[in-house]
Amino acid sequence: MSTSLSQPLAFDESRKRGGILNSLLSSDYPRSRVLSLILIGIFVVLALTPFLFSGSQPLSTAAKICVFIVLVASFDLLLGYTGIVSFAHTMFFGIGGYGIAIGLERLGATWTSAGIGFLVALALSAVLAVAIGLLSLRVRAIFFSMITLAVASAMAVLASQLSTITGGEDGLSFQLPYALRPAFRLFAEPVFGVVINGRLIAYYLLFFVSLGVFLLLLRVVNSPFGRVLQAIRENEFRAEALGYRVVAYRTAASVISALAATVAGALLALWLRYNGPDTTLSFSIMIDILLMVVIGGMGTMYGAVIGAALFVLAQSYLQVLMGVGSTALAGIPLLPNLIHPDRWLLWLGALFIISVYAFPGGIVGRLRQSQQ
Amino acid sequence: MSDMAAQSTASTEPLPRTKTDWLPLALVPALALIALPFIGSGSTWVTLTVAGLAMGMMIFLMASGLTLVFGLMDIINFGHGVFISLGAYATLIVLGPLAGWAQADSLGLNLALLLLCILVAMAVTGIVGAVFERVIVRPVYGSHLKQILVTMGGLIVAEQAIHAIWGASPIPIPLPQTLRGAFVIGDIVMERYRVVAVGIGLVVFIGMQLLLNRTRIGLLIRAGVENPEMVEALGYRIRQLFISVFVAGSALAGLGGVMWAFYRQTLTAGMGMEVMVLVFIIIGGLGSVGGCFVGSILVALVANYVGFIEPKLALISNILVMALVLIWRPQGLFPVARR
Repeated sequence: MSTSLSQPLAFDESRKRGGILNSLLSSDYPRSRVLSLILIGIFVVLALTPFLFSGSQPLSTAAKICVFIVLVASFDLLLGYTGIVSFAHTMFFGIGGYGIAIGLERLGATWTSAGIGFLVALALSAVLAVAIGLLSLRVRAIFFSMITLAVASAMAVLASQLSTITGGEDGLSFQLPYALRPAFRLFAEPVFGVVINGRLIAYYLLFFVSLGVFLLLLRVVNSPFGRVLQAIRENEFRAEALGYRVVAYRTAASVISALAATVAGALLALWLRYNGPDTTLSFSIMIDILLMVVIGGMGTMYGAVIGAALFVLAQSYLQVLMGVGSTALAGIPLLPNLIHPDRWLLWLGALFIISVYAFPGGIVGRLRQSQQ
Repeated sequence: MSDMAAQSTASTEPLPRTKTDWLPLALVPALALIALPFIGSGSTWVTLTVAGLAMGMMIFLMASGLTLVFGLMDIINFGHGVFISLGAYATLIVLGPLAGWAQADSLGLNLALLLLCILVAMAVTGIVGAVFERVIVRPVYGSHLKQILVTMGGLIVAEQAIHAIWGASPIPIPLPQTLRGAFVIGDIVMERYRVVAVGIGLVVFIGMQLLLNRTRIGLLIRAGVENPEMVEALGYRIRQLFISVFVAGSALAGLGGVMWAFYRQTLTAGMGMEVMVLVFIIIGGLGSVGGCFVGSILVALVANYVGFIEPKLALISNILVMALVLIWRPQGLFPVARR
């Protein structure tokens, strides 16, 4: 279906070496020196953001990157590894967000209510993913994309209409458990000049859960199960002929991916202390995810990290740059409009198209190629 | 020429006629009848049915291009929605200098304006469609995954380009004077514009059916769907055929866009993508013009009836219809021969 996106290493040899790092990364190393450096850089900066930068803007950006890494990685499991395009990913993202939001808003700001909301969200996501999968993965693969698009937009409309439950267009704001509130202090004294408050704890909760889910997804794609998914991507017919039930595998992949997206949604809601249709359910987020996966590199989990980090940074800081350029070109017809700060998606869209044609492996694929 | 072909066929052995599949066609009246007792009042039912038919026609106009392209070229164009938006924005080219025609209290002048809008929009979307086919779609023939991705990319870029050219804020466009309001017959209310939409939808549907089934071009297109290599081997340039079908599909999207724009009376770059959701629901019928027609009307009628009985469930009910159709006929309402 797609040209070879990434060349899986002969992982059996590398597996013998063992070691903690090896088992953490499921023997799937970045396989490029530059890529490794970038990934280590992103990891270190994300891990130390509260101590490296001051103010709330960098911390929010870092939190957003963490959430999107999980979201994009889970989407890549479907798109890059299984070769199916789902547009319902934001739906599961939204379910996670609403699970936390409704739980904390209705049942009070405790860990138990957050847990209940989260578990209900996970269950709902799993059921929906199975239902959509069994219904639409039987038919031709492109129908799946269209069906998921229709279902997702129906869900978005439903969420904004059922205002008694979801808060409608306004969304839900809620209180967090006490340990995650800004007023909470873990230690009386600042550590390295930084006050360890509830906000910081919330960030590290987000960071470690994201890291955990990401490593789990890395494990999934490098398991025998993941190999079957890739076999289905390369040639559905042959995979079926070898005795693998393609529908079952695809459905399982979409359930795993849906659950991970639900976790991401829950994390985002915890961080924002708010959830609404625009933050998790809107179609523009779906487009953002697509951009991140393809630009970062389809079929490589590390591409999700690169894509998410690059995209969120571009979203926050590219617009400033374009604003400067736009004012500099004022007076020329149309040109200032094209590099107006609001038109940043135009350029990322162009980059997206070029990525699909010229380097289907995205940035990660490119870096790995230059290594060889 | 088509007459000659028909005669020569008739003079030799009569071919076995293909059976017309009546079941999907019967769905529409069946649905309308089932809805009647739930709605209760007869006049409300007629009003809803007529409004639903008109809505279905507009959806059909927007979906027909996609159907054509999908049926012949096996290409799924997720950027189709942007051609709808583009067609809608193209009305501004006409409405700018000819604003007086819209104000005039003359049916002839108003309809002429509508027609002019449609022609300009079709020209614009046709040209952009040709470029789109060349730049975006051609390199990814045969790979559905890449088609979805790359046409989504085209959608993003084109939507942003619309923002850059016409501005990002919604633009109101007025409906021509005599097309506003409604016909009232007893208790039955029919919006005038919807009647016009039904007329145009029917013309396009019949035109497409005639073109596909009664002309040489149509014959080639249908043959191309069945077996492109054979058509090529017989000396026809299938590429030219593909391009012209893509351009025609885009132009039809532009036509649908104009109708949709005057119906909504506001222009936004995302308007095409919004309606694409409905179009995708009709996928039960994608690939054949007849299936697309029946699917559009089915979806619009269900949305209208359910919207009247329980407004919040309107879109969900459409999803349900789609699910049922897919369970009933996984290959579409009127399955197209697949290579």
